[in-house]
Amino acid sequence: MAKRIDVSDLDIYYGNFKAVEGVNISIEPRSITALIGPSGCGKSTFLRSLNRMHEVIPGARVEGKVVIDGQDLYGADVDPVDVRRQIGMVFQRPNPFPTMSIYDNVVAGVRLNGGKMRKSELDDLVERSLRGANLWTEVKDRLNRPGSGLSGGQQQRLCIARAIAVEPEVLLMDEPCSALDPISTLAIEDLMTDLKEQFTIVIVTHNMQQAARVSESTGFFNLNGVGQPGRLIEFNPTEKIFSNPDQKATEDYISGRFG
Amino acid sequence: MSIDTQPAPQPTTRDRGPVAVHRRLPKFAPPGLFLAGVALGAALSALTGFSIATAIVYGVVLGTLAVYIASRSVEGRRKATDRLVTSLVTTAFAIAMVPLVSLIYTVLDKGLPRFDSAFFTNSMFRVVGEGGGAYHAILGTVIITLLTTLISVPIGLMTAIYLVEYGTGRLKQAITFFVDVMTGIPSIVAGLFAFALFTLLFGNDVRLGVMGAVALSVLMIPVVVRSCEEVLKLVPNELREASYALGVSKWRTVVKVVLPTAIAGLGTGITLSVARVIGETAPLLVTVGLITGTNLNPFDGRMATLPVFAFYQLTQPGTATQAFIDRAWTAALVLIILVMALNVVARLISRFFAPKTSR
Repeated sequence: MAKRIDVSDLDIYYGNFKAVEGVNISIEPRSITALIGPSGCGKSTFLRSLNRMHEVIPGARVEGKVVIDGQDLYGADVDPVDVRRQIGMVFQRPNPFPTMSIYDNVVAGVRLNGGKMRKSELDDLVERSLRGANLWTEVKDRLNRPGSGLSGGQQQRLCIARAIAVEPEVLLMDEPCSALDPISTLAIEDLMTDLKEQFTIVIVTHNMQQAARVSESTGFFNLNGVGQPGRLIEFNPTEKIFSNPDQKATEDYISGRFG
Repeated sequence: MSIDTQPAPQPTTRDRGPVAVHRRLPKFAPPGLFLAGVALGAALSALTGFSIATAIVYGVVLGTLAVYIASRSVEGRRKATDRLVTSLVTTAFAIAMVPLVSLIYTVLDKGLPRFDSAFFTNSMFRVVGEGGGAYHAILGTVIITLLTTLISVPIGLMTAIYLVEYGTGRLKQAITFFVDVMTGIPSIVAGLFAFALFTLLFGNDVRLGVMGAVALSVLMIPVVVRSCEEVLKLVPNELREASYALGVSKWRTVVKVVLPTAIAGLGTGITLSVARVIGETAPLLVTVGLITGTNLNPFDGRMATLPVFAFYQLTQPGTATQAFIDRAWTAALVLIILVMALNVVARLISRFFAPKTSR
């Protein structure tokens, strides 16, 4: 299922403002790629451009190429809705649908798309996805309770279950642990390590230890100054980034000298 | 100033412990003082020729002053100001309640004598004196209001969805502007609009229930748009993004995520806008008119409605004047009950459809 992502010369705009400039990156399948960098440097913007969530914001647009297994995501005949079906996303704040039960949240991707499934198939899907998100044992007795009644960490895992229930190729995670306590964070990190067997995972994080713990490759984003576009400064295997980075700016950021 | 060695019972500027101890008025003192002031005010009013209005005004002013002065001398300036403002706010609230209570009392007092089964089962057909009822007017109001809702809710709701989910730039600004303008249209203008429209379409002297529904829709649509727009804006953007990220198309997101999330607010808003137009008189006066018999077909001729019924009972009493006036009051009472019932329905909707957060 997992797919490879090739990005070349990507510029991202909000209206006339260039937010990210000249990104070239190759993301390997079945691996975790972490994106780090100071606030406002465009990591989240870049992540959102990978499944065309970026253009949901009025005036936002993208120039350049994002190719997934040979298919250009921004090709003229590509429907962004299809792109998002293949590339799932988990957000910073847990956002289960408040009107739906835990069960309905997991099958939301199928149901909202108008898919028809038999009850038994749906039950299987719910159990598989919740097991996949490490949440099954905690909620299996209360699947019909509202999803918003869970704790923050459980809600986030519910959102991950919801994202993997539609069986995407790629899973994008935008600071999935920043609203969670260390124990929930650990649960999500373990989960990511399991999930990379099946999915290509790209994660944005402010937590450098997290990037070092879970990812194979790390990209460092930075910007030269306020009002300047963000750039991908360095993209290398995580070990190299954290021990012997090519760029001085990367080393400064990682060692805490700025940012 | 010497420094107290004992725990200071009085607030002093220097000797402040970690928690300053203030003298407090005993709990019963402020209300007691206030009542004393009121009594004094009443006495003062009696001196200058007693009237209930001057007694209350003098009493409230003196009571407030008494509490303020006592508090100022015992508790200090900050607490006294607090009590003064509390009195002012409470008084303002009481003043605001006076018309409401008075109105409900009057309507109950004058409306209850004819609040009987005959009122709900009889029309005014061939009634020139006592007896008769508003059966035809109640049903007419219900039918015309339902028809108005049927016209207004789809248009208003869809406009609100357009404004919140789809609209951008000039068109959105223009629609918002015109909706605001429409909110301020005098109701008689809406009535004349429907009157002119149907006269153009069907010739002179046309009177239909549906004309009234169109006129009321002109008044109701902007209210529906406004309230639904506010409610839809409250739906967190994160939910829309969560839905998009699952590969759900925009219209499905609106229909299956945004609307269900907002359903409680939408129901409340729509119910309240129904309550807003149900008592309109002027537009119905010029479009629907009035009949004494029962007409339940809004596409055929005049219909009776409660507000117009009350208006004509009051302005054109027949031989038994008092009977007509009584019916007018009872019609007003029924109308108030209908509006209150709608408000209760709105509350129930918001309670039962609100997203559940309990475990």
